[in-house]
Amino acid sequence: MRRAERGDLVAIAFHLNRRPIQISVAPRCHLADMLREQLLLTGTHLSCEHGVCGACNVMVNGVVIRACLMLAVQVDGAEVLTIEGLTADGLIADLQRAFVARNALQCGFCTPGMLMTAHELLARQPAPSREEIRIALSGNYCRCTGYHAIVDAIETVASQRRGAAVG
Amino acid sequence: MAKSSDSLIGKSVARPQAERAVAGRGYYTDDIAAAGMAHAVFLRSPHAHARIGRVDLEAVRSAPGVIAAFSGADLAKICKPWQTRLALMPGHYSAAQPPMAIDESCWQGEAVAIVVAESRAQAEDSLELAQVEWESLPAVVDPEAALAQDAPLVHGDLQSNLAIDHRIEKGDTAAAFSHAATIVEHRFHFGRQTGVTLEPRSILAAFDRRTELLTVYQSTQVPFQMREVYAEQLGLNPDQVRVIVPDVGGAFGLKLHAYADEIAVVAAAMLVGRPIRFTADRLESFVSDSHAREAIATARMALGKDGMITGVEVDLIGGFGAYSIYPRSSVGEIMQTIQLVGACYEFSAYRGRMRGAYQNKPPSGAYRGVGEPLAMAITEQMIEFAAAAIGMDPLEFRRRHYRKTSREPTTTTAGVVLEDLSLQVCQQKLIEHMDYHELRREQTSLRHQGIYRGIGLSAFIEMSAGPSLYGPQGVRIAGHESCRLRLEGSGRIQAFSSSTDQGQGIATGISQVIAAEFGIPFEAVRITCGDTNLTPYGSGAWASRGMSYGGEAALLAARQLRANVLAIAASLLQVNAADLHIENGIVYDAAGVEQTTVANVAATACYSPHQIPLSTVPPLEVQERFFAKNVPYLSGNGIQAALVEVDIGTGLVSLLKCWVVDDCGRVINPQLVDEQIRGGLVQAIGGALYERCIYSEDGQLLNGTLADYLLPMAGEMPDIDVFHVSTPTFSTQLGAKGVGEAGTIGGLGCIWTAVNDALRPLGARVTHQPFTPEHVLDCIAAASSGKQSETDRSALGG
Repeated sequence: MRRAERGDLVAIAFHLNRRPIQISVAPRCHLADMLREQLLLTGTHLSCEHGVCGACNVMVNGVVIRACLMLAVQVDGAEVLTIEGLTADGLIADLQRAFVARNALQCGFCTPGMLMTAHELLARQPAPSREEIRIALSGNYCRCTGYHAIVDAIETVASQRRGAAVG
Repeated sequence: MAKSSDSLIGKSVARPQAERAVAGRGYYTDDIAAAGMAHAVFLRSPHAHARIGRVDLEAVRSAPGVIAAFSGADLAKICKPWQTRLALMPGHYSAAQPPMAIDESCWQGEAVAIVVAESRAQAEDSLELAQVEWESLPAVVDPEAALAQDAPLVHGDLQSNLAIDHRIEKGDTAAAFSHAATIVEHRFHFGRQTGVTLEPRSILAAFDRRTELLTVYQSTQVPFQMREVYAEQLGLNPDQVRVIVPDVGGAFGLKLHAYADEIAVVAAAMLVGRPIRFTADRLESFVSDSHAREAIATARMALGKDGMITGVEVDLIGGFGAYSIYPRSSVGEIMQTIQLVGACYEFSAYRGRMRGAYQNKPPSGAYRGVGEPLAMAITEQMIEFAAAAIGMDPLEFRRRHYRKTSREPTTTTAGVVLEDLSLQVCQQKLIEHMDYHELRREQTSLRHQGIYRGIGLSAFIEMSAGPSLYGPQGVRIAGHESCRLRLEGSGRIQAFSSSTDQGQGIATGISQVIAAEFGIPFEAVRITCGDTNLTPYGSGAWASRGMSYGGEAALLAARQLRANVLAIAASLLQVNAADLHIENGIVYDAAGVEQTTVANVAATACYSPHQIPLSTVPPLEVQERFFAKNVPYLSGNGIQAALVEVDIGTGLVSLLKCWVVDDCGRVINPQLVDEQIRGGLVQAIGGALYERCIYSEDGQLLNGTLADYLLPMAGEMPDIDVFHVSTPTFSTQLGAKGVGEAGTIGGLGCIWTAVNDALRPLGARVTHQPFTPEHVLDCIAAASSGKQSETDRSALGG
């Protein structure tokens, strides 16, 4: 097999926000750059580009991953959900409402990634303690809020969802 | 204020702008794609200090996708260098700075060449082909070493690395110390930090050669300042330049400066004739964003026989980096420090000296609080040592020394004019809410079990500067804020504010003020900020001025617009305007009977003004501005406390709880205010416990990644309780004071004093911020071996 050259493009097919898509990408292009630059889904943010800050979190096959650490070609055949898709699904509408109501975001740059993490946490653990929420969020940097309001918002939604489940 | 307004002032209205952000519809500069847009990247100096020989970009220019490549000399043809000057401080000299280094680079990370390509990846690839001849020169890293007689010069144009030497003297300090019953002394090393906005600096510049108009989209706090800078450097009139501020992903003072690389992008866009976008990646952010805080202070406090403070001395050296940052200078941090040491307290003699030192590091600039956190940390730690020295509870010691309240502006010992303070009331509230005395009892009993808890405290003052700060220095920065309101035919209000919103929520707060003052629902106000072609002239976002200045301008404009509408309504109704008022968009008479609606009046005034029986119909578009005439600063105040636990085996400091009592005068939106305080405090905690730009002896940044430069994470941060005292400023109608920096200003001092309170039984004191486990252990070891106070961190570099 010929070694891929810099300029070569690789055709991939995957589901993006529930819809099938085919696209050609450079082998070295990471998922976040493809989403932002080629697919114009700018809700996925880039801040550190080495997997520390969580601003680029997206879901691939139901798991939250760093879109800056995954190559675009790796999502061939996968299910990719970005903040735009999660919003359209309505799956996190309650979290989004709570974030706005509690002012759990200021500049908003960390927020899409933060919501991804919160969504995954609550799916896994419906009744997290504040401490558990804080630990779950420890892969997501926020420079504005100091985290307190984010913890409040997630705690509120967890309790609302439990109430709804019981009721 | 109109009656209907009361429900909106003091209400935690949610921010409409937040709805976009949670849906991933934020609109940041890097999200904008202009037609024909190209991408810029920079070649940056790998040396802290070097002479630059030949810069050969020929191979770069012929690389795939490359449109143009420019050296510093290339850009110098269309972009003048700039020089930071302060007219009232003629002794402050900074070398002239070009947008990119030409013959000499003065810090690791200074831009040397710019490449413009069809894609960012292509531009980055091409950098490998650049050929630059470097001759490494001696680097100056430590601020004290920079001021040594034989220190190498940071920049070839400097006569000395001393950037400024300034003193404040008041009263007889020598006598205070020679007659003192007690003297306490401490040395403070403030680590170099950087703001780390989650959204890196980002700019998109487009120059239309036919119309000669320059449009710049930029993540900045100060669009009007940047407009003037671009015009001046590139030979344009300011009216040819439009600066638009999209969503800003964090700013914190870092986005207050004119960055050389951003000016280079604008120059390149003019040369290339295509829109060019540049967004710093994280690695280059660390070596090109402004740094802050680096300083070394020696402080002394003298007490008389009665246990009262008689004198305070501070000698401070601050690290400026290679240039005094443009256009505000790097002086602010150390100047505010020596001006505000002791500002919360009464005492009669003060001597402060500050020296700024050039170093081969990125220029230092504003970071949330600018000097105020250093001033409070120095003061509060000295207060704690003094109280301990005479065996007095530290809050009781503070209570005896707080400045007296006064309805008239008063002047501190260091010469700062302050408004009415409420420190005694704030302290009393703090004691009650944190259950201070119970915590002290618990602290004592836990110490018997080998658990070292510390209670830290910091009173603070937060200053919001007006036009006297920069204008008289010859620095072209507006000190006022403005607001223009347009009542539309629909009866809704379009507002344009010179304040800029980077998520702190000022657009929401100002809209609340307008709606409340005019008498219209919040939803009927639409606000625009951050566009030099749309908003009235003003300053932007710095010095916690959004509500204190921008809010007051909005109130004055809404009041004028209401008067105009009532005059028209009165004329149409043939009644006296003084008998009418507006509530919720409806015009009532004195008896409270509905007469007409704002929408009706607006429609008539817009579409059929000839039907209004007035010789002159007052305008439905009004503009007002505000700056305080009687005081140079609006000043808020408060007190913070922190409870920490120090593991003396590992040196790890755990934060258990924080409390803040803040007085920012009238609170417009309590939730936004509380979140400013919490977020600000966590930034201070970052500086106190984790953050530091670590430099090698030859000037290389050793921890310039987000994996290595530690920031506060959710797991380590405590819950923060926030309480308020409200003393409206007497300088405005609205009564709001600044709050954006409050948490940061007191935060460093309360963590510093908390850690030292925990270590007191061991006789140990921390001296170097951040208080890493290693430093805490060093201090404990030094105390047990009798070598108290100074611990040598030279192994860690400057």
